[in-house]
Amino acid sequence: MTRTRTRGTGRSIGLFALRRLAFAVPVLLVVSFALFVLAKASPFDPVERYFGVRIIGASPERVAQLRANWGVDEPVVSQYWAWLRHAVTGDLGDSLSLQQPVSAVIGDRLGWTVLLVSVGFTLALVLGLLLGTLAAWRQGSWLDRSITGSCYALEAAPVFWLGLAVLYVFALQLQWLPGGGVTTGSDPVSVGGVAVHMVLPVAVLAISQAPWFVLFVRQNLLESFTQDHVIGARARGLPDHLVVSGHALRTSLLPFLTLLGARLPELITGALLVETVFSWPGIARATVEAALNVDFALLGALTVMATGVVLLGNLLADVLYALADPRVALDG
Amino acid sequence: MADLLWRPAPRSRLTAASPPRSPKWRLLPSALILGLVAVTVLVVPLFVELNEQYVDLAIANQPPSAAHLFGTDELGRDVLLRCVYALRVSLTVGVVAAVISAIAGTAVGALAGSIGGWFDRIVMRVVDAIASVPHLLLGIVIVAILRPSLSAVIISIALTHWLTAARIVRSEVLSLRTRPFIDAAIVGGASRFQVLTRHLLPNVAPQVLLATTLMVPHAVWHETALSFLGLGLPPHAASIGNMINDAQRSLLIGGWWMSLAPGLLLIITTLAVSGISGVWRDRLNPKRRTELTW
Repeated sequence: MTRTRTRGTGRSIGLFALRRLAFAVPVLLVVSFALFVLAKASPFDPVERYFGVRIIGASPERVAQLRANWGVDEPVVSQYWAWLRHAVTGDLGDSLSLQQPVSAVIGDRLGWTVLLVSVGFTLALVLGLLLGTLAAWRQGSWLDRSITGSCYALEAAPVFWLGLAVLYVFALQLQWLPGGGVTTGSDPVSVGGVAVHMVLPVAVLAISQAPWFVLFVRQNLLESFTQDHVIGARARGLPDHLVVSGHALRTSLLPFLTLLGARLPELITGALLVETVFSWPGIARATVEAALNVDFALLGALTVMATGVVLLGNLLADVLYALADPRVALDG
Repeated sequence: MADLLWRPAPRSRLTAASPPRSPKWRLLPSALILGLVAVTVLVVPLFVELNEQYVDLAIANQPPSAAHLFGTDELGRDVLLRCVYALRVSLTVGVVAAVISAIAGTAVGALAGSIGGWFDRIVMRVVDAIASVPHLLLGIVIVAILRPSLSAVIISIALTHWLTAARIVRSEVLSLRTRPFIDAAIVGGASRFQVLTRHLLPNVAPQVLLATTLMVPHAVWHETALSFLGLGLPPHAASIGNMINDAQRSLLIGGWWMSLAPGLLLIITTLAVSGISGVWRDRLNPKRRTELTW
């Protein structure tokens, strides 16, 4: 289908994206500052944390020296400003719990998480579109009922419980697939090995995210079956499968784009739990370690990063929506 | 649709969504299950002289049997009994957290909606900002600051879940404000506070109650996830998340029953709660879709 566009559309979408980006920056600032204040308000002192029990034997000069070096006793705002100045240059401070720079911790792990999330999300989308369309097409049949029924049940099931069940059946009982990590024993990391290790975590993530998409697609398709252009297509005698795929699905996919953006926080949460179950070397373990050890440099950076991803995802969804539907006004 | 007189069109399913089956179909089983769970969870601990923490290593890791319907865990504690206590803890946490966040959300939303102007704009921007942090991560940060405990978990859930209530109340208040009865109250000399408490809040109450009910399963889920990560209730406390976390180890030696029962109970309870609130929502707002966002 070709669509004629007015000449200004590309530019106005660019402007819209810029405006939304300009809104995302203050949000990130507010979130990071709020986290900073929260961390400051907590009764934990990073210097005491650094010394541990050794603080009893440490000389007061050394403790005072460290306090001055780290600037622990300065006002929150100036500390935040110092953090922000460094953060802009990519220096996010040091992680106390993992004894590494935060950027190194994240750099080591982010790739694994992105791999898991992107493949899982794609699979969830495909499942959602396929099963949702099938359920709507065969509305009221046993197929529809079993699809929607299992979607409700899956929505209610905690993802880590689902993960454990899958782990037990496929990795422990049937022994078809490895149940954790990305390599077996001390094997070097290889594409094939990672692919095999990925199957279970990706499947669990996809299955736990798919129900929302399935139910959404089904509902929207059922609504679009009553629209004029669909009735018109049927009246012209087009076979059902063409009407569904060519006419009904097309219009009902628009709101789907918004849902993609809206589901991102849930996706990140789901990935966190799936990673924990399958000992995936992503950011989940680092997050939990950071929380247990009150490692705010790491925890804060991870949280701000996740927020940035969510904002970016929403922006992308809105831009795609505007591109797909020329009627949408880009007023921000 | 489009039936021709001389040749009936082949039956096609490409029609509008068939009307949902009568609400009874969903209401009855949900109410029954929830009632059963509530009675078990509330009443059983009062009358049964059993200790869910009772450790008996002689019967550790036993599969389900007549004496222990859901088996025993690695310390020989009865899984069924622990499930009852765990559900009690989880539901309490869920209900308390949902009520707190509903109250906080209502306060913020009502103020933003009724004051309006720059105040409204700033407050709703802050709500948007908080909403873009993934819930579980924010909850983890809050638990990290307060250290894992029952109250930390409740606070963490409440602080991340009030946003929904705030948005609902604000938009309801904004639409109610344009109604004639509010104008009448103002003309009649009611103060801003009176308009808010006597006229606006009673009218948003049903929506808030519904939102609170819908929040309970989500809050329970949040507690379970935190406990599962080891960031929730203390490890010995029976909660669904803790039980599943403990069961992870036993799973490796074949103890499937320790995680099966708590998970299934949680799913059934969640489905019952959302079943009831779904029927309720359809009655409040028949045009809204039930399938999404429970």
